[in-house]
Amino acid sequence: MKKLGKIYLALVLFFLYVPIFVLIVFSFNETKSSSVFSGFTLDWYKRLFNNRIIISSLVNTVIIAVAASIISTILGTLAAIGINSMKRVPKTVVMNVTNMPIINPEIVTGVSLMLLFSFFAARMTLEFGFVTLLIAHITFDVPYVILSVMPKFRQMDPHLYEAAQDLGCSPLKAFRKVVLPEIMPGVVSGFLMSFTYSLDDFVISYFTTGSTSQTLPITIYSMTRRKVSPEINALSTLIFLVVFIVLIVKNVIESKAARKRMSGGGF
Amino acid sequence: MKLKYFSAPYLVWMVVFILVPLVMIGYFAFTTDGGDFTIQNVSDVGQYANIFVRSIWLSLIATVICLVIAYPVAFILSRMDKHKQGTMLMIVMLPMWMNFLLRTYAWMTLLGNNGIINNILGAVGLGPFQMINTSGAVVLGMVYNYLPFMILPLYSVMVKIDKSLLEAASDLGCSSASTLFRVVVPLSMPGITSGITMVFVPAISTFIISRMLGGGSNLLIGDLIEMQFLGNAYNPHLGAAISLVLMVIILVIMTVMNQFDPDDQVLI
Repeated sequence: MKKLGKIYLALVLFFLYVPIFVLIVFSFNETKSSSVFSGFTLDWYKRLFNNRIIISSLVNTVIIAVAASIISTILGTLAAIGINSMKRVPKTVVMNVTNMPIINPEIVTGVSLMLLFSFFAARMTLEFGFVTLLIAHITFDVPYVILSVMPKFRQMDPHLYEAAQDLGCSPLKAFRKVVLPEIMPGVVSGFLMSFTYSLDDFVISYFTTGSTSQTLPITIYSMTRRKVSPEINALSTLIFLVVFIVLIVKNVIESKAARKRMSGGGF
Repeated sequence: MKLKYFSAPYLVWMVVFILVPLVMIGYFAFTTDGGDFTIQNVSDVGQYANIFVRSIWLSLIATVICLVIAYPVAFILSRMDKHKQGTMLMIVMLPMWMNFLLRTYAWMTLLGNNGIINNILGAVGLGPFQMINTSGAVVLGMVYNYLPFMILPLYSVMVKIDKSLLEAASDLGCSSASTLFRVVVPLSMPGITSGITMVFVPAISTFIISRMLGGGSNLLIGDLIEMQFLGNAYNPHLGAAISLVLMVIILVIMTVMNQFDPDDQVLI
């Protein structure tokens, strides 16, 4: 039974990884063919780094992801603090609306924002581009921040904040010294979630961007429309490598922390 | 200073960028270009019934396949040694961190008429088979892209199922099959329902997978919406009406799913 499980898991992993490994192998292929390997080359990588559109869209993607995730983290953390102290009915209403961008298909969020932006574009000086993209990203990021901060309040003793004030803290100091450290893990994971969602988003960006501000996923999409371009393979390889390294580092840090916790709780 | 005022900036943001855009979809769906009320757009959606049926059908198949593949994976993962679990989960989830356009593109090159699969089959004297631009390729793309969305919620529910519960079941005379169906499946129901929604919703609304792997003959609801907003068929009123119908379909499916997911379920 155990053996059967291992074989099954190996088969599923084979299914998940083979397409990616094929991309990686053919990123070193001499010819444009993506089925016959004819010789080793690094040409596609050279081309990739000299491709100004890709480099500039990568820079754009990072700028937008950083800006959107910082703004959403601040907006979302403040929101979570406020929502947490609301009465039951308004709390439920706000949380239901907050869940909408998560439940709704991305394409619906995308076109709904596009309708809003074109309404403003027709009447004011709003252009599709960096600003609309940033607004759209913040809009789909904030709910994730709120959803990862809110549970931290539930775990926290609500009287701690009052106790700190009773013991002479100003409300602001009590917040900084008592509440913030308690919710910090949620804030950090909310930030990381919004950052990765922003980096990776295609659908919503596709409907809210203009010609001036392309993100990497949008550039990738236009590249795949041209069918054969081994630069995509090179790009995939690099992205895979980055993801791989980041996840390994994350895993090592987490297991170290877990070990510390175990030995720290010593008997 | 009242804490609830902290949420004021977000509440403004929420109304302007979440609520108003959704209201605009409703408004566009029921108006003409001139702004007059009409139900023409919504009734026009009926012309595309075949596309709706195809979308629902293909994404249902993909969801079922995902569930069948993911269930044993999640179970095996959840029964592994604790220290192996983290690493194994990372290995299973890693492909999900690649952009899904790249993952779909990978299948484009694999399934092509001159792709690797046809080359390998040709070497042993089979084929070539038409694989790309078929509805099968679309389902494959959906399964490949959304499988991790099924594994993760299943795993996080199953990892909480106590080992002693399974042992108790077999001690009390359950065969492994009846342990599975009378203990594991009922306890993992919340994971099943959330996995199904997490696969079905993106699958039914995708336009990339169908475009890249399905060619022109396998249009889905997503393609239809995209064409009304950014394509040649520019008609945001019809696009809004289609989006509205899509939201209703998803709402119905989620309500049905919630029936299987009792809130008072005690997780052990």
